Amino acid sequence: MTEPKAASLDDGLVVEGLSAWYGEARVLNDVSLHVGAGEVVTLVGRNGAGKTTLLRSVMGLHKHQEGAVRFDGTDLSKQGPHRRARAGLGWVQDDRGVYATLTVEENLLLPPVTGADAWPLERIYDSFGVLADRRAAPGTTLSGGEQQMLAIARVLRTGARILLLDEPTEGLAPVIVQRIGEIIRTVSADGVAVLLVEQNVRFASTVAHRHYLLAQGRVVEHLGNTEFKERREELLEHLGM
Amino acid sequence: MNEILQYTVQGLAAGSFYALAALGLAVIFGVLGVVNFAHGACYMLGAVVSALLLQNFGLGFWPALVVVPLIMFVFGILLERLLVRFLVALDPLYNFLLTFGLSLVLVDLIKRQYGVSGLPYTRPEILSGQVTVGDVRLPTFQLFVFAFSLVVCVLVWLLLTKTRIGMIVRASTERPELTRALGVDVGRWVTPVFGFGIALAGLAGVLAAPFRAITADMGSNFVIILFAVVVIGGLGSVLGAVVAGFLVGLVEAFGQAYAPTFAQVVIFVVMALVILVKPSGLFGREESR
Repeated sequence: MTEPKAASLDDGLVVEGLSAWYGEARVLNDVSLHVGAGEVVTLVGRNGAGKTTLLRSVMGLHKHQEGAVRFDGTDLSKQGPHRRARAGLGWVQDDRGVYATLTVEENLLLPPVTGADAWPLERIYDSFGVLADRRAAPGTTLSGGEQQMLAIARVLRTGARILLLDEPTEGLAPVIVQRIGEIIRTVSADGVAVLLVEQNVRFASTVAHRHYLLAQGRVVEHLGNTEFKERREELLEHLGM
Repeated sequence: MNEILQYTVQGLAAGSFYALAALGLAVIFGVLGVVNFAHGACYMLGAVVSALLLQNFGLGFWPALVVVPLIMFVFGILLERLLVRFLVALDPLYNFLLTFGLSLVLVDLIKRQYGVSGLPYTRPEILSGQVTVGDVRLPTFQLFVFAFSLVVCVLVWLLLTKTRIGMIVRASTERPELTRALGVDVGRWVTPVFGFGIALAGLAGVLAAPFRAITADMGSNFVIILFAVVVIGGLGSVLGAVVAGFLVGLVEAFGQAYAPTFAQVVIFVVMALVILVKPSGLFGREESR
């Protein structure tokens, strides 16, 4: 794994003092983090730690939030979800978000192209043969792993500058997990940032440069990958896994 | 046998109004998540405006088929811009109340201006006769209404399945939040789609003008049956809207023929049965919204 070039703080995704509420309950508490271009960063934490809410807040989907979200120097804090997507944020939600009423190809073509390095459809089909074979089938007729490929391919086609992946490996066979790891390394080498929500600590340590540990809506640890690997047993215990 | 054919044609003609109006409801629900309770009033307005255009400008049925939906399209756009849009972010109940109240206002305005006795409308000569099939005589107008609405339904279906805006409507119906988060500017399409849905209700009204009594109240009963159609077909489902529209028309026609006292009840019995077997409707998706 190559380390990405040292990035300035204006580069990539910057989250500052982000808090979010569900009604009266505060689910994110003053979270700050940074993901530079080409960097793979994971958010690790127990269920309910606020990982999914954090990604949703970054996308502008969680209404009740405070704090700043910037991407490549642009302040997105007041922008709606579709503007954030157009600024280069590519969200892959935890249930994959594949449309049943759209064909595989329509699923790919729905989001507008926003970045210069957008993958053309041919590159998608070369890299994901199954999507080419099933292009005319309804999206949800694909298997779980194939749907995950589709969901990731869909944001790659837009040319997103950062992928926000919410537990992409959950419930998938090892061979698919391995494939997702390859995709993450490929896009990272292309300079695309990845913010990865992951419960699978072993997988996280094979793809990521840095890790944020989230507990009860706060960042409790910020670790480089080497330290993360050394302390794996301790962290697993902390996560209750 | 002859009777059955007659009732079938009658039912398909009645179903045409439901299918077109339900189609309009489905696309509006798709992009706004709003159930338009003023849809029956818009159907009524389509018929009333046709009658007024004929009365005041001598504009007949054929041009009305184009002109009235355009007028209703503009009406829909104003409605969305001036009222509906401000409540979309809130609980859907607010737009329910708004459109319900609006339909009461529209009905009473028409009643106040034109009374309750109904506006006259002359059927075009060419559609007044009957077509003889074997030894059965079928009203030309009923056949025309069915054929015309079927063509419109097919065109709308092509629009929804073959165009980008259709893809956006489908995506937004299924996963409104994700569609925005993928960078699709759904908001841009909300106003025209709302106008389009209202125009379809208006078109159903034009088709009904030579066929039904044109009164301020004609939409009040219509909208109740229309919601049975939507429940049977599945809210937001375009195919469901069309199929259930024609189905309910048939049930209504045969009900009136064989059990006139229970004709309306039968529709709601069918609705209850569908809900029992498939709560999301015949073509509805379980997890949509």
